[in-house]
Amino acid sequence: MSLFKAEGISVRFGGIRAVDSVSFDVQPGEVFSIIGPNGAGKTTIFNLISRIYNSTEGKLFFDGQDITRTPPHRIAGLGIARTFQNIELFANASLLQNLLIGRHCHAATGVLAQMGFLPSARRDELRHREKAEDVIAFLGLERYRDTLIANLPYGVRKVVELGRALCTEPKLLLLDEPSSGLNVEETEGMGFWIEDIKKDLGITVIMVEHDMSLVNQVSDRVMALNYGKVLSMGSPRDVQSDPEVIRAYLGGEVEA
Amino acid sequence: MRYVFRTNYRQDLAVWRHRGDVFWYGLLLLLTLAIPMLMGEFYVGELGGVFIFAIAGVGLMLLVGYTGLISLGHAAFLGIGAYTNSVLLSKGVPFLITLPIAGLFTALCGAAIGRPTLRMSGLYLAIATLAFGSIVGTIFQKWTSVTGGFDGFAVPTPYVFGIPLDNATGIYYTSLVVLIFVVWLSANMLRTPVGRAMVAIRDSEISAQSMGIHLARYKTLAFAISAGMTGLAGALFAHYVRYLAPDAFDVLLSVQFVTIVFVGGLGSIRGAILGALFVRLLPQFIAIIRDDLPFGIGRMPGLEPSLFGLILVLVILFQPGGIDGLWLKAKHWFQAYPLKRASGGRRQKSYARSERLR
Repeated sequence: MSLFKAEGISVRFGGIRAVDSVSFDVQPGEVFSIIGPNGAGKTTIFNLISRIYNSTEGKLFFDGQDITRTPPHRIAGLGIARTFQNIELFANASLLQNLLIGRHCHAATGVLAQMGFLPSARRDELRHREKAEDVIAFLGLERYRDTLIANLPYGVRKVVELGRALCTEPKLLLLDEPSSGLNVEETEGMGFWIEDIKKDLGITVIMVEHDMSLVNQVSDRVMALNYGKVLSMGSPRDVQSDPEVIRAYLGGEVEA
Repeated sequence: MRYVFRTNYRQDLAVWRHRGDVFWYGLLLLLTLAIPMLMGEFYVGELGGVFIFAIAGVGLMLLVGYTGLISLGHAAFLGIGAYTNSVLLSKGVPFLITLPIAGLFTALCGAAIGRPTLRMSGLYLAIATLAFGSIVGTIFQKWTSVTGGFDGFAVPTPYVFGIPLDNATGIYYTSLVVLIFVVWLSANMLRTPVGRAMVAIRDSEISAQSMGIHLARYKTLAFAISAGMTGLAGALFAHYVRYLAPDAFDVLLSVQFVTIVFVGGLGSIRGAILGALFVRLLPQFIAIIRDDLPFGIGRMPGLEPSLFGLILVLVILFQPGGIDGLWLKAKHWFQAYPLKRASGGRRQKSYARSERLR
């Protein structure tokens, strides 16, 4: 059974169909990449999955459950975590605090228990702290633990955002351009993290990415989009050799 | 620099980072406890006022400094707390019950204003809360059967365990206890998911939502808690001024609260207390030097409000960290001496934030 499934999902902004009846399914344990030129609707699909946008048509299923109309703050609790293309970390908090915010959907105590710092809140806090420490160790972020995000270099912030998503203990991880703004070495490093996440943690990944070497390195399957429509889907090699995809990237006349 | 060697996660959760903190804050507590025995009635009264404003300041700090929502209506919450407390007190309810009720009722009012303004931020929220403030002010004036209208009424003397709080020292200690309670609550919030959710909303609503934070719930909660603390301050304020009249709770008071938060230093509980010290003691300072100022500046009307405005603008422009930021810089300078770097206190702000979802 597929872990995630989109059935004819569409969204319209005014007259523009940003995503036009896109269907795909993601199997447990695979890395599924979405590629396409700028404005193809890749990030829009992510915003549909994390329920920031309402779809105009179609249905979304996660883990056998219909999430087409689930409120956005419930998504993390179901097991879908995401990162953002331009980094949406909490800049005026330390790395550790950022990771702990990722634990929010697992908070087991009420507001009053927290305000009084009752023993239950303390226990809960220690549990979150331990999980955050696991993620810090997994991603090798020990030296930045107490650094403010505002003082961290860009490359590290990308990894922190990955870590914050991992702290929610997701089943499905949405990575929005994990390599954007990274240099070649950092991109390679990011590729290794994604492979580790898949192999060691067994987390399914959907990734939007422009860097084809990263896509080839980690993806099991690739979906190419253009103008909100699916151009091609299959193994990285097949998709890249698809004439439609080449045309979308390089331009050219539609030849018979 | 002091590096704390941690061997247990509990150390991260502790309010005190190390023994030095315990020592200095302990000393501060002893000093504040001893002040009524060391200083005259006037100064004790003034410091009691500082504590009351610090309670409201901490409340507003949670809203402005941590959740990133502005409010220009906090004088109204102070007023609601003050009237609730005093009206109940004059009906014969004991002070130890009216005080928490004033806090809770004001918190409810805060939730009531927080709920409809959920989608507002920045200037729009400021205008909405300003309007709320003036509506409440009008209610204080017109609801004569309860508030006594413009004439106001004398606040009955509160009794705590049979001891009348009719002097400056009584108000001083009561306010100190409430201030410590409010700071304790805030510290607890900031080390648990509630406080982190607030910080997350301040820094990035979009990713806060993706982390499972219910924006509406936490924004309303922030408003309620902030208003509740200000309501507690209001209850004490009623006894501080001893005579309640609606004109005490005007926009200028709200601006004073905002000044406390900004001048003290956004995002710091300590800043709220430092800001309250500053805002309450500046008028006294002006009064002392008024006669010595050249060209008759001291006798000009509106000197105080304009000075407040000027200081607020200067702080926002040149010292965004407020007094707390200054304090941290000074501390860092001494700790790193003689190795201080010119850019030591500066943070880099060169990252691109996503604008596409706003």
